[in-house]
Amino acid sequence: MSSKINTLLKGIAAASGITIGNAFIFSKEKEEISHESIDNVTEAIKHLEDALALSKKELKKVFSLAIDKLGEKRASIFEAQMMILDDPVLIDNLKGRIRREKKLPEYIVDDEISKYIHLMNEAHEMYMKERSLDIEDIKNRIIRNLKKKKWKSKISSDVIVVTTTISPSDTVLFTQANVKGYVTDFGGLTSHAAIVARSLNIPAVLGVNEATSIIKDGDVLIVDGFHGEVIINPDEERILIYKNKINELNLYDEKLFKLRNKPAETIEGKEICLRANLDLTKEMDLIFRNNPKGIGLVRTEQIFEEYEAFPDEDEQFEVYNSIAQKIYPENVTIRAFDIGGDKVLPVDLHESNPFLGWRGIRLLLDNKNLFKSQIRAVLRASQNKNIKLMIPMVTSIEEVFETKELIDQCKKELKKEKKSFDNDMHFGIMIEIPSAAVLTATFAREVDFISIGTNDLIQYLLAVDRGNEIVSKLYQEFHPAVIRTLSHIIKEGKANDCKVSLCGEMGGDPLALPLLIGLGLEILSVSPSIVPLVKSIIRKLKYKDTLLLADKCLTYSTEKEIINELNLFYNSIIDN
Amino acid sequence: MIEKKVKIINNAGLHTRPAATIVKLAGKYKSEFFIYKDGFNINGKSIIGVMTIAAAKGSELILTFDGPDEEEASKELLDYFQRGFDEL
Repeated sequence: MSSKINTLLKGIAAASGITIGNAFIFSKEKEEISHESIDNVTEAIKHLEDALALSKKELKKVFSLAIDKLGEKRASIFEAQMMILDDPVLIDNLKGRIRREKKLPEYIVDDEISKYIHLMNEAHEMYMKERSLDIEDIKNRIIRNLKKKKWKSKISSDVIVVTTTISPSDTVLFTQANVKGYVTDFGGLTSHAAIVARSLNIPAVLGVNEATSIIKDGDVLIVDGFHGEVIINPDEERILIYKNKINELNLYDEKLFKLRNKPAETIEGKEICLRANLDLTKEMDLIFRNNPKGIGLVRTEQIFEEYEAFPDEDEQFEVYNSIAQKIYPENVTIRAFDIGGDKVLPVDLHESNPFLGWRGIRLLLDNKNLFKSQIRAVLRASQNKNIKLMIPMVTSIEEVFETKELIDQCKKELKKEKKSFDNDMHFGIMIEIPSAAVLTATFAREVDFISIGTNDLIQYLLAVDRGNEIVSKLYQEFHPAVIRTLSHIIKEGKANDCKVSLCGEMGGDPLALPLLIGLGLEILSVSPSIVPLVKSIIRKLKYKDTLLLADKCLTYSTEKEIINELNLFYNSIIDN
Repeated sequence: MIEKKVKIINNAGLHTRPAATIVKLAGKYKSEFFIYKDGFNINGKSIIGVMTIAAAKGSELILTFDGPDEEEASKELLDYFQRGFDEL
C-alpha cells in the first residue's frame, strides 16, 4: 500500500517554508485514463460538450495569434483540428458510445480517436504518421480538458500537490484551489513552478525525480522547502518536531512583520526602493500585508492565463485599473505580454527552439491589434499617473522605436475618443538579452527606465537552458560574466539619467543582495512573500561595505571565488 | 444514389488542406457522402475520417452520394477533385 514510515526524499529547495498535509497525486499521464463506469449519462455528455468547447477556445487563442506566422501547412492542420472538435460523425459516435457503454467520456474519447490514429499509423506513407501525431494532439487536448474538470473538484485546499512537472496553466488550477505545498519530479529553482510557489509563499521541493512513483495518493507528507526534503508518512515524533519548527517560523515572520512600516534603508540611511512583483491578482493581499513601495513588475501573461480567450481592451482595463487604484499612491509597472519561450502558448507552435524564437516584443509587434489593445488599456488605467509600461525581450533599438510609435498612435486615438490618460506615462524596457545589455547606453537615452530580468539574462548570457536538468548546474547566478554585465548595465543606465531596477529572482537571494546594492542598484522588485526578509537584510547593511564587496567581486574570474566572498560577507552581517 | 470514380491528380495528394475543404463542401448538402478506398468506406462529412485516407498522386477513390441534393453535391465535389484541389 503506502510507503514505509519516515521515508526521506531529497530534491531542490525551491520555495522556503514547511508544511504538513496529505499528498494529492496530480497525474497527467495518458495511461491514467479511467475505465470507471458511470450512472449519470446526461452529466457525462455535458462534460464532453464543455471539454470540446474549451478545447476550441484554446485552439482559437493560439490560432488568432499565430495565423500569419504559421505557414500554410500548419495553419491547415490547426483548421483541421478545430474542425475535428465539430465533427458531427465523431461527436455522434462519442455520445452514442457514452449512452450505450456507460463509461467516462475520457475513456470513450481515448478509445474512439485512437482507432483513427491506428488506421493512420498502418499506412505506409510517412506523412500519415505525422498526421496521426496531430490527431494525438487533439485527442490529448480533449482528455486534458475533461480531466481538468474532474481535478478541479478533487483538489481541496489542504493538499500537497505531487506531480511530474507543473505548467503555467496547472498553476492557475492550483492557486485557485489554495494548495499547501508542491513536490515535483522535474524542475529547478528558476522554473515557472518555483517562481509561482515562492511568490505565493507555498513551500516547494522540486526535482525529486522519483516523487510520483514513490509517494501514494493520501500519504501524509512533510515538505521542508528550506532543505529540499520530503518526509513520507512521518511518525508522531517527527510530526511534533516539524510542528515546532512551523511555530518558530511563524514567530520569525511576526518579528519581520514588525518592520512593515520601516523604510528599506542601510545603516547609514541610504534608502533602497523595494517593490514587489505581481504574478497573480491573488497576491494583492500579500502585497498589502508586506507593504512594498509599489509594484515593480506585473507579469500580465500570467494573469491572462486565467482567461480562456485573449481578454479584450475593456477586460484588460478592468484588471490594470483595479491594480493601479489599489496600489495608489505608489506606482505599478505593467509588463506587456511575454508570450512564448516557456510561457502560455509555445507547445502549440512547435518551434524547434522557442527560447530563441517568437516571444516577447517580437510576438507583440507581429500582433499589433493585440499589442494595441494592451497599450490602450494600460494608458486608460494611467489617469492617476501611477502606471508605467515596459516591454520584454528587447534585442534592438528599432523595437523601442516601433513600440513608441504605437503608443503615440494609441494616445491620439484616445484623445479623439475623449478618454483620459497620463500623457507622460513612463515607458521602459526589460534588459534580459545580452545585446540589450551591451547597448544599455543607447537604450537608456530612449526610455524612462530599464529593468534587469536576471533569469533570462543569465540563461542567454551563459547559453544554458534553465529548464534542462542536464546543464542546469551550469546556470550560475554568480558567474563573473553575469556580475560584470550587471555592473555595466547599472553604470551605463545611471550615466544616462535612466532609472535602473532589477526584477529577477536574483533580487530575492539574500546572498546576492549586498552585491547588487554595492553595484549601485537602488530599485529592486521581488516576490511579495520575501519583501520582509529582503528589507531586514538591507537594514543590516553598511553601504560603504557593499561597495568594497562589489569591487572585490568584479576582480574574480570564477563563480566559486565570488560565492566564497559573498558567504563571508553574509555571515558577518548575520552575526551582528 | 450516384457513384463516381475519381483519381488524385495533384502532386501533394489528399493532404490536410484539401481534406478540410472536401468536408466543408460536403457539409453544405443534405445528401450522404462516402469515400471508398482500400476496403474502407469513409463518411465524407467527417474530417477525422477523411484524414485517415492515405491517397497519393495517382490513387483512385470511389465517391458515393445519396439524398435529395445528390446531383448538386456530386457535381461540386467531383469538380473539386478534377481541379486537383486547385493545386495544379
